[in-house]
Amino acid sequence: MELSNMETSNLNELISQSLKNRYADKFISEEQQYDFTNYTIDKSVLIDALDFLKTDPEIACNFLTTLCGVHMPDQEGSEFGMMYQLQNMEKNLRIRVKIWMSKDDLHLPTATGIWPSANWMERQEYDFFGFKFVGHPDLRRILNMDEMNYFPMRKEYPLEDGSRDDKNDKMFGR
Amino acid sequence: MSDIKNIEATEVQKEYNILNLGPTHPATHGIFQNVLKMDGEIIMHAEPTIGYIHRAFEKLAEHRPYNQIAPITDRLNYCSSPINNMGWHMTVEKLIGCEVPKRADYMRVIIMELARISDHIICTTIIGQDTGATTGFLYFFQMREKVYEIYEEVCGARLTTNIGRVGGMERDFSKRAIELLKKFLIEFPEYLKEFQSLIERNRIFMDRTINCGPISAERALAYGFTGPNLRAAGVDYDVRVANPYSRYQDFNFSIPIGTNGDTYDRFMVRIQEMWESISIINQAFDGLPEGPIHADVPNFYLPEKQEVYSKMEALIYHFKIVMGETAIPKGEVYHSVEGGNGELGYYLISDGGRTPYRLHFRRPCFIYYQAYPEMITNGLLSDAILTMSSMNVIAGELDA
Repeated sequence: MELSNMETSNLNELISQSLKNRYADKFISEEQQYDFTNYTIDKSVLIDALDFLKTDPEIACNFLTTLCGVHMPDQEGSEFGMMYQLQNMEKNLRIRVKIWMSKDDLHLPTATGIWPSANWMERQEYDFFGFKFVGHPDLRRILNMDEMNYFPMRKEYPLEDGSRDDKNDKMFGR
Repeated sequence: MSDIKNIEATEVQKEYNILNLGPTHPATHGIFQNVLKMDGEIIMHAEPTIGYIHRAFEKLAEHRPYNQIAPITDRLNYCSSPINNMGWHMTVEKLIGCEVPKRADYMRVIIMELARISDHIICTTIIGQDTGATTGFLYFFQMREKVYEIYEEVCGARLTTNIGRVGGMERDFSKRAIELLKKFLIEFPEYLKEFQSLIERNRIFMDRTINCGPISAERALAYGFTGPNLRAAGVDYDVRVANPYSRYQDFNFSIPIGTNGDTYDRFMVRIQEMWESISIINQAFDGLPEGPIHADVPNFYLPEKQEVYSKMEALIYHFKIVMGETAIPKGEVYHSVEGGNGELGYYLISDGGRTPYRLHFRRPCFIYYQAYPEMITNGLLSDAILTMSSMNVIAGELDA
């Protein structure tokens, strides 16, 4: 247990150093959140960084655990964020790679070329937040109906559709 | 008759049939639609459509206090809801930095392994059912009822259990629950053995399932497989071992793996996992320590109803917890548990408010179901049905 902790902290050091060397000012920050290290990088180097983290023989974070978006309307200029959670199963190392983008430009490169599993996960984030994954083979809505004309997980949309008139407030106790 | 001419094979225009499998088809055990392009009985192309029972859990969770999210998690993988409940409680415990007492952890392990057993009972018997072995389904399914009786005794509910609370368990095992559990531990191995010997070496079953819907370890990892399906392909990844939670490190158990990643391997991995689960429950039950069943976190652990009615302090805490008025740390936390069909993860961003700022569920079947078209292409339609049931895709988890 002791040894593996040391090993993962060494690996985290290695990741942070290599990302800093590779991307200089495109590497934005590094932060420890509970048992995860978060690396925030610039959107322009995202795919290169993910590919590097996957293929580097030392780091070998070759499993995409999950990815998800977040909407922070109060962060001027970087309202939308995307998080990629990678894992090295052999050394039991888990890291998070984050990018931030402005609400005016929600284009970002797709990770489907690196992991086929990113396909539906990216479709889900498109469906709920409206991220435009450039190069995605099949960017359609996945859980919501195709006719939906807004992105429901954005913070400006209320929990219930305000335009509905089929719900009787008296019945629902409001 | 002299105008008959020979038609070369290359001149024949091939025509494919389009077949709608689902959305509601009795053989798919849930609401899954697949539009299949068929060449005779061979599937040339499959296009799955999902989302028929989407209930916007991620949006809903942003409007509910932390304690009220546990009932939502019941409805993810409803075949093993206690695992989902515990996963959520542990996520919040990680966020607030709460250490759960040993007895509560052991009780959780017992409940979670029972849930794994009931999940695997459903999957394995349905594989049997789809190959024509109805007997196993009818006899072995009784055992799921026994598991549900234990749930009922522990928490009062059967399917959507909402077992446990943030900080521990809501109540101790009752006398009857312990009796039922003891009875189950004696009866279940007999039933499992019977079911196993009925099916596992059956010639028809083996012919139907070996090499049916196989996936290599490499492809499985690329498609984000976890749980029994990944282990059937030969990768020994299990969250209970890789990142032990709830004191799984105290128990001695092995991780069964397969080699081909086909339906037979997926079936066998689940059967072996049930044996391991029984062994874990036995160990936890024998070593169940005395002591408190919840941590001392009055800000998060719902007080007992009796006290709420009679003591002012308990009433205040009850009110604060239900209304979400307790201070919660800011931060981002990810916690995962080994669910019935893979790594179930909760990614939670807290901004210190009464509800999560963002909650993302890593649902194992949502991620691995996208490999389904690849697994069934160039196979028979009847194999596609078997592949789906052996993957244990649960609609509630798939559509969240």
